[in-house]
Amino acid sequence: MFETLGIADFDDLFSAIPADLRSDEMDIPLGLSEMEMMQHIRKIARKNSTNLVNFCGAGFYDHYIPAAVNALSSRGEFYTAYTPYQPEASQGTLQAAFEYQTAICRLTEMEVANASLFDGGTALFEGIMMALRHTGRNKVLVDEGVSPIYRKMLRCYTQNLSVNYQEVKLSGGGIADRAAYQAALDETVGAVVFQNPNFFGCLDNLSELIEQVHAIKALAIMSVYPQALSHVETPGAMGADIVTGEGQSLGLSLNFGGPYLGFMATTKKLVRKMPGRIVGETTDAEGRRGYVLTLQAREQHIRREKATSNICSNVQLCALRAIIYLSLVGREGFLEVGRDCMDRASYAWHKITKIPGVEPAFNRRFFNEFAVRLPRDAAEVVSALVDQGIAAGFPVGRYYEGMENILLLAFTEKRTKEEIDILVAKLESAMKV
Amino acid sequence: MKLIYEKSSPGRPGVQMSSIRISPTEEIPSKYLRSKPAELPEVSEAEVVRHFTALSRLNFSVDTHFYPLGSCTMKYNPKACEAAANMPELTDVHPLWPQLRGGGLLTQGSLQVLYNTERLLSEATGLDEFTLQPMAGAHGELTGVMIMAAYHKDRGNEKDHIIIPDSAHGTNPASAQLAGYKVVTIPSDEKGMMNFDLFLEALNEKTAGVMLTCPNTLGVFNTRIREICDAVHKVDGLMYYDGANFNAIMGRYKPGDMGFDICHLNLHKSFATPHGGGGPGSGPVGVVEKLREYLPISRVVKTNDGTYALNYDAPKSIGYIAPFYGNFGVIARAYAYILSLGRDGMLGTSNRAVLNANYLQEKLRPLFGEEYRGRCMHEFVFSGKCLAPYGVHTLDLAKGMIDRGIHPPTVYFPLNVPEAFMVEPTETEDRDTLDHFVSVVEELFEIAKNGADQLHAAPVTTPVGRLDEVKAAREMRLSYN
Repeated sequence: MFETLGIADFDDLFSAIPADLRSDEMDIPLGLSEMEMMQHIRKIARKNSTNLVNFCGAGFYDHYIPAAVNALSSRGEFYTAYTPYQPEASQGTLQAAFEYQTAICRLTEMEVANASLFDGGTALFEGIMMALRHTGRNKVLVDEGVSPIYRKMLRCYTQNLSVNYQEVKLSGGGIADRAAYQAALDETVGAVVFQNPNFFGCLDNLSELIEQVHAIKALAIMSVYPQALSHVETPGAMGADIVTGEGQSLGLSLNFGGPYLGFMATTKKLVRKMPGRIVGETTDAEGRRGYVLTLQAREQHIRREKATSNICSNVQLCALRAIIYLSLVGREGFLEVGRDCMDRASYAWHKITKIPGVEPAFNRRFFNEFAVRLPRDAAEVVSALVDQGIAAGFPVGRYYEGMENILLLAFTEKRTKEEIDILVAKLESAMKV
Repeated sequence: MKLIYEKSSPGRPGVQMSSIRISPTEEIPSKYLRSKPAELPEVSEAEVVRHFTALSRLNFSVDTHFYPLGSCTMKYNPKACEAAANMPELTDVHPLWPQLRGGGLLTQGSLQVLYNTERLLSEATGLDEFTLQPMAGAHGELTGVMIMAAYHKDRGNEKDHIIIPDSAHGTNPASAQLAGYKVVTIPSDEKGMMNFDLFLEALNEKTAGVMLTCPNTLGVFNTRIREICDAVHKVDGLMYYDGANFNAIMGRYKPGDMGFDICHLNLHKSFATPHGGGGPGSGPVGVVEKLREYLPISRVVKTNDGTYALNYDAPKSIGYIAPFYGNFGVIARAYAYILSLGRDGMLGTSNRAVLNANYLQEKLRPLFGEEYRGRCMHEFVFSGKCLAPYGVHTLDLAKGMIDRGIHPPTVYFPLNVPEAFMVEPTETEDRDTLDHFVSVVEELFEIAKNGADQLHAAPVTTPVGRLDEVKAAREMRLSYN
């Protein structure tokens, strides 16, 4: 090949670049063999605690993943392909994305969904920008029941934009405060953001509140936990205009924070304002059904600075895992997983709230997660239980002032009765300290 | 092929999911519950496995086909990196565990992976500090431009625009806009570099910075990069390095040493993490020392006793751009890849990537009738307009390639080259593959000259032929009903 190019060595290839730019001194070790690399990483990985019984959720849940999810999604034909710019050579990816979009529509009871976004937090930000573009207004009201992790992201993303970002305090019952919205809703508001179940696990029916949002011609955005949609009232039925959420619970590992799966769904009316890739059905010249990326005129590679978003990739592999997961568990299995989560949470609620000094923090309508008020600092209690092999929940004081004693506990189908009983016993003894 | 929903049959169970009930759930009032279950597929596990296996076989992929998609760096993704990142000790860690007890004692392994990866990327780029939080290249760009904005705000600089050459990826202007800046676009000169005189004309005290891809999407290295950096620094502007094409220079040149202040890398390109059919990616951002305090929260730090911790105390930070620490699973793959390559392998990678691109460029140049414009870097762009006399377009060439088992190069991008045909072979292809590619292009040119119809009809070997995109946009069938 050097001969073809008339060069003597690799350096000749780079001869047009000024020599003084060369800087190849690096404090990086020489390459390892495959075996050495695996040994190195295994040694590091073993420093993680992996025997914890986990009751920590807070938006990210430890669900069971059927073996076939990994087996199918790790097929190189899916894994090592890229964005389906050549649809004839990418029908596998495209059809799976179409099936995924359909599943998201059915879970949320919305009309259209995109092919995924980075994560639940960025999806929520994109949803807000979409609503403000549509309404031509710049104020967004965000309920304090929305994940504080996401609200920190929203404050970050809106800091350089002409967005008037305001948060609305929770009611004493731990749900959206009707009176506060009555006061805050006026015609400067373009979008209102809720989460259901909210960060504290509380369920709400937001239909009437959403009617009030619509009355001032603003859009209602709802962030949801897809596993809860097995049983919980859907954002579509409550009248939400834009739905976003984190799809990690649909067959993705916790993976220390990512990759996750942001999803977004909306109404047909708003579809041209929706960011992200969208797959549509069409036909070829012989009338055979096929799938393509569609409505691309919204996207950055065509619109550049006028695009609906700067996002150019989605998380197709994560969306693929979600549709494989949903297909494997199926209509009944999805209901059963949801029921098992609710069962366990319900069982634990009755036991934990009977511990002397422990009270429910809010109302008792929840799916798989609830908050309790402890007689002492929740972070200290959790630390003590970690030493006994239990991640006893998430102490919310870090994010909510004055809630240092509130502990948020999540239950998935993976937790057994025995594990919950041990949790209860350990919590009880921790209260006596 | 049938949709999974069309294979569904009422009552057919999938994977057994139900466990032993531990107590009856308390009744939840119906106003909180959905009125009917979601209509998910009802198919057996075996049918699901057949369905998605069959779907996978409709794809072209790096594992099955040569995939010289320009600007996307479709190199082979080593399986060992998958195995390393899929260790349960890494995948089954909750991201909030570090907050359960001070200092992240529960997650020392994961934090060490992040810390070590940051150090390695700093060494590779010559930038002082890295954040691994951005979840893709475009997300890294947004993070970088927000850091730029935070810096100027902190210094009291009144800046209102960012300079971007016309050959840039579309994400550059879109990201700049999201950070609140106007975009000034500079045309390319005859060599494909940003026009230097027009750049100097556009540069002024209001310039927040310049976003450059180097080498750019034309595969051209900007040889005046030092002059550009100096001029921008004189107005207290910042130089942003779009690392989309870092594969061309890694191990040989460092953006930090060239004079750049901020850089994002695409781990799914240069660092061999799989593209996944379009994500997830990872777009770490590196910065020079003076920008360290603006990096996103949290930061992974190594404490005096050798343990790793997360630091949330950063009053000047741009804030939280990700829920946690970035796409950890992707970062772990890249870490495994960098360890495998080592510094020797990094140089070998860019050497081979550039050699392969130049070899293909040399072999294909006579066909396309392109003039010699010097060596390219890791990719090159030809124009398919030479086929216009035969009524054949670049798109036809691409579709003909699919029938011959090759994923086509990037077409119609960059926008400043008519009928663009952008080839990036990557370092993981051997000469036989490259020679085969050349013979396929030669064959397609022959066919084009002897009657374009066959190419207009392509592809014919795929499950569907060319699809009606206008119909898709008009009918908007976006889900199955």
